[in-house]
Amino acid sequence: MVKLGVPSKGRLMEETFSWFDSRGVHLERTESKREYAGYVKGIQGIELLLLSASEIPTELNEGRIHFGVTGSDLVCEKVPNWGQNLEAIKYLGFGFADLVLSVPKFWIDVDTLDDLDSAAEAFREKHGFRLRIATKYHYLAREFLKSAGVADYQLVDSQGATEGTVKNETAEAIADITSTGETLKANHLKILDDGLIHSSEATLFKSKSAFFSEKQRAAASTFLTLILSD
Amino acid sequence: MNEQKQIEIEADRILRLFSNSGAKIVQPTILQQADTLLDLYGEDIRARAYVTSDPFNGEMMLRPDFTVPIVKAHMNDLSGNETARYAYCGKVFRRQEKNSDRASEYLQVGYEIFDRTDVIQSDADAFCRIKNALSDLPLKVATGDIGILMAAVSGLKTTDRRKKSLLRHIWRPQRFKTILEKFTDEVSLSTKRFDSFDEEKSFENQAKEIGLRSKSEIIERIESLRQDSKVSPISKTELGLINSLLNIGDKCPQALTELKNLLPDMPALQSAIEKFEKRLTALDHANVNLSSIDFEASYGRTSMEYYDGFVFGFYSDSYADLPPIATGGRYDALTKHIGKGREIPAVGGVVRPDLIVKSKGFETNG
Repeated sequence: MVKLGVPSKGRLMEETFSWFDSRGVHLERTESKREYAGYVKGIQGIELLLLSASEIPTELNEGRIHFGVTGSDLVCEKVPNWGQNLEAIKYLGFGFADLVLSVPKFWIDVDTLDDLDSAAEAFREKHGFRLRIATKYHYLAREFLKSAGVADYQLVDSQGATEGTVKNETAEAIADITSTGETLKANHLKILDDGLIHSSEATLFKSKSAFFSEKQRAAASTFLTLILSD
Repeated sequence: MNEQKQIEIEADRILRLFSNSGAKIVQPTILQQADTLLDLYGEDIRARAYVTSDPFNGEMMLRPDFTVPIVKAHMNDLSGNETARYAYCGKVFRRQEKNSDRASEYLQVGYEIFDRTDVIQSDADAFCRIKNALSDLPLKVATGDIGILMAAVSGLKTTDRRKKSLLRHIWRPQRFKTILEKFTDEVSLSTKRFDSFDEEKSFENQAKEIGLRSKSEIIERIESLRQDSKVSPISKTELGLINSLLNIGDKCPQALTELKNLLPDMPALQSAIEKFEKRLTALDHANVNLSSIDFEASYGRTSMEYYDGFVFGFYSDSYADLPPIATGGRYDALTKHIGKGREIPAVGGVVRPDLIVKSKGFETNG
């Protein structure tokens, strides 16, 4: 069987299901909503695996699944050299989200990365430690800040509710995913003018490190012809 | 003989060479507390080093270099003699995300001098000991002096605020260039966006005050930017001078002449150039052939940001893609930063025995 990894819950799962559905590949979860298992109708030789969206990049990289759908942000974060073992087959046109750098809205003196760098310098002098930026996207945030030449900051890990860290005084700024910006606004934050780190979109990836038997190769080819026909 | 064995023999030979000259052999632990390194280098070190943690000791790091632990031990040993020489040999660990073909663990053999009596002599001494350790390899040698660049920035006819910004980014050449250009441009320096700023009213329409950075810190920064913008930009002439300085790259004797040619326009370089000249004399006395050694004003700026004076690197002449076989430099500011009020001038360098072996192998195999 050719293994297809798909996000196991939420809107990303639903939209992935309907994208495949409209192309004749019907994906479905088993009756029990609690069980992470599913099946495929309309095509032979494809096995559906419901996985955490953030684990799909590593599974593809290790070659444990042949195809996978996940956000490009997660791939770039988890597998920095992703081009080596992964191939982006198709951008799916949903799951749009931006990884952005945000600061408190009342920081009326900070609109750009240049401001952030200079504010970080003063902050470190006054408080005795580096300005903290909360994120779960450590690699992408670090590379971005490095190329912008921002100094005197540190990344602190935040695996959820990142927008709340500033108010809780565990961070001064955040690097997080947003689609509408509403959560940022509700938490009194604003996006820096040049704070776009990565534009993400749900993407179908193929693993270049996975083994394809003769049979699997044939199934994969039928699968791709079907879903990429438009 | 297998390569690993050859590397060990090289390492052993160099360590003995260093310790025979009276340096004390030290062995910092492989697991280091992460906090000092993180405070020093921030996220840059996190990207370069292996960070791990345990629930009791907090964040730890696999030793990414020896200099920091040695400086730490030396500065904390309050009863010890402040003058000291150390030698060491052991593995360092560096993450290599982008150049994954580079080794992420390798042996370093190093030599460090803590001495305030004659820093020029110590510079030359550190350089020569590293050079001797590489004895018969065909090498290209590059040197630089971060102190000259710092003197040039400090001598600019501009505000302390701007000089401080530039000094802070000396180790980030691209950013340095950007802000230097910004400081020469009236429009970039303009604080027009704060023209209508009012301590009371400006915050009213804004969202809630949240987080540790307070309103007074914001006001302070705006005021300081406004004050700064009243001073005219750094002149195009001075920008040109800094760029000519940064572009100097020649054999040492020629570089000295070029530096001296800048002196009439950059009198602030006087003492830094004198130091450079004295160092050349000291190296000459130690039988170093100066006309075979490069001096690049920008050399050492992309390394870890603790070198603040003389810097040097030895490269394989036969195998251009090899990382530097040995590097070193002066790090006075690091001892001050770690010493919490105490300081002592210090200089040192490290050799990579694995690269010596590689370079030799390349020679024999063509």
